[in-house]
Amino acid sequence: MIIAQRLALGVLTLIVVSMVIFGAVSMLPGDFAEAILGQGATPQAVAAIRRDLGLDEPAILRYFSWLGDTLRGDLGVSYAQMNFQSNMGGGDNLRTVASQIAPRFANTMFLAGVTACIAVPFAVGLGILAALFRNSAFDKAANVSTLSSISSPEFFLAYILILFLAVLNPVLPSLSNIYEGMTLSERLEKTLLPALTLTLVVTAHMMRMTRAAIINLLASPYIEMARLKGVSPMRVIVRHALPNALAPIINVVALNLAYLITGVVVVEVVFVYPGIGQLFVDSVKNRDIPVVQACCLIFAAAYILLNLTADILSILSNPRLRHPK
Amino acid sequence: MSVWTMILIALVAIAVAAWVGRFVGRRATGNAPRFRDMPYAVAFGYAFVLALLVWAVWYYLQPAVTEAGAPVAGVTFFRWAVHALIVFAIAAFLFRLLGRHVGTSATRKLFRHMPLTAAFGVLVILVYAILAIFAPLIAPYGQAVVFDQVNALPGGNPATGGNPAHPLGTDQIGRDLLSRLIYGAQNTVGIAFVTTLLAFVLGGSLGFLAAVLRGWFDQLMSRAVDVLMAIPSLIFALLLMTIASAWATQSWMLTVYMVFIIAVIDSTRVFRLSRAVGMNIVVMDYIEAAKLRGEGLGYLIFREILPNAYAPLLAEFGLRFCFVFLTIASLSFLGVGIQPPLADWGTMVRDLAQFINFAAFSPLTAALPIMAAGAIALLTVAVNFVVDWMLHRSSGLKE
Repeated sequence: MIIAQRLALGVLTLIVVSMVIFGAVSMLPGDFAEAILGQGATPQAVAAIRRDLGLDEPAILRYFSWLGDTLRGDLGVSYAQMNFQSNMGGGDNLRTVASQIAPRFANTMFLAGVTACIAVPFAVGLGILAALFRNSAFDKAANVSTLSSISSPEFFLAYILILFLAVLNPVLPSLSNIYEGMTLSERLEKTLLPALTLTLVVTAHMMRMTRAAIINLLASPYIEMARLKGVSPMRVIVRHALPNALAPIINVVALNLAYLITGVVVVEVVFVYPGIGQLFVDSVKNRDIPVVQACCLIFAAAYILLNLTADILSILSNPRLRHPK
Repeated sequence: MSVWTMILIALVAIAVAAWVGRFVGRRATGNAPRFRDMPYAVAFGYAFVLALLVWAVWYYLQPAVTEAGAPVAGVTFFRWAVHALIVFAIAAFLFRLLGRHVGTSATRKLFRHMPLTAAFGVLVILVYAILAIFAPLIAPYGQAVVFDQVNALPGGNPATGGNPAHPLGTDQIGRDLLSRLIYGAQNTVGIAFVTTLLAFVLGGSLGFLAAVLRGWFDQLMSRAVDVLMAIPSLIFALLLMTIASAWATQSWMLTVYMVFIIAVIDSTRVFRLSRAVGMNIVVMDYIEAAKLRGEGLGYLIFREILPNAYAPLLAEFGLRFCFVFLTIASLSFLGVGIQPPLADWGTMVRDLAQFINFAAFSPLTAALPIMAAGAIALLTVAVNFVVDWMLHRSSGLKE
């Protein structure tokens, strides 16, 4: 019941966010028609295109038709493509925004997936170790270094990694030119450096949360009991404390995966990784509104979905929340 | 793949050394508790740190220049890093020592319990503040002055393409990089500070207002904030910047729009906090008394609630400043933030980034983008250290 409530809330948030994005874009001076035609716009041509695209209808109708198109996977045609076609002639093979985004979306998901595979075990392991050796030199060193890495901008970490792992010791390539037909190992090699950068960015928060969640439990009587039985410190933490600390850890992992969505933009630009973030930044610079709108919607949807997953997982993993009184 | 094999061999050697070291320690000390009860993981940790130290000393002592005269970039960078670390640590230590003996009794007491990281943070923030305020006096040239020599290399040695007048060289259109680095403190930090201040004025007053008024105003504001917070902030900022760039007719207007956009986006986070803090204060008796006295809304918010919400808001101000600073730096790095001719660190990183590939030939040139990016990182790290200490102190956590 409570899960259904959360799901409904998530869908509602998505709808409102799509309204905000649509509303923000309609604050642009001029409209699609003038933007497509550029400087050579005659009033007749503008009116014709407005009629074609349905821009003379009221905003609410346009919103619903845009939403309907989006849900069917039709994200429109990018200005750059339209411009190219209207100036160069060109045939009917106009690339839609959806066909532009699809391969890049897959690349971004691959990058996020590789990052998650490295970062989650690394951060949770580090957190467990920090809880085990709490207040030791190791704990303090881990604390200071993760705090430093979380507060550095992504591009600083990226260039430091490039300097040491690509330029001075050519172990990994500094440019991630991914194309179709690459083998998995080639792809992994090219993705590793951006993935490592993102790992450094998200590890700190997850590690600190894991440590705090475990230490929180160490004062409880059942841990005391386990210790008095003579269980080893490692076993106390892994078998007794960790299962109960799982809910906040899962929550923070999901939240950090959501954070990855934002971090991906800068990292993709640094490494020229052909993902959706790079496309987004390029279209922001070219003011290619349909692409900006679509990318924004995808990022927001992924963010909301991951936050929703975090919510639902933390409810599922906690019997007290699963069966409220 | 020989690198990976070497790392693997080193790890196995450390693992063996740890076991042997613990065994020898037990035998030599006649099973002293220190060695008898030592878990293997701890022994491994000691061996690992020892190996790292030995390697660091060995690497530090390697020659920085080959016999042919070419620089060895790795050793050069490593030495710089070690020097910087030592200088920073000594500076922080001396600063804390100074704080313990100079000043009023309250500040002396503050410094007595300050960890070294927090002292370092305070010192860095002070230095940045001085740089930002007195940038026109400190910088050798103006930020937009263009010189004849473009792309002068850093180092100031004419034989290697440098110019003694420009210790860090000039950029691709001939502006002095040292001056731009110093002016960057004024522009990047100043703009981020103003933006954070704006976000606090906006989010703080609305949050307190929602806490006092409750009812439909609270509902309306809270739901609006929920929606705005559901969009990742960098993505939302980029979307709004696209629209702003269509409205802006001059480049400085875009910077002004950016300040407002980021202030509004970040004020949602401030709103949440100040509303939550305000809710706890509004139920106090002295608020009730003030209401019965017939005080107005402004008096309630600014004279009764604000002084009592000071501590959490100050910590939040530090963290919020970091986020705003990083967002602005990221936007500038992506090319849609602070616009030229204003000198700014994010833009400098983007413009100088290609020099990183020359690391093997001229370490100082490759350090230029790292310097600009490091200037951003250093300030956020410093603020985070201070906030971490403040939160630790106010929560009374001793763990």
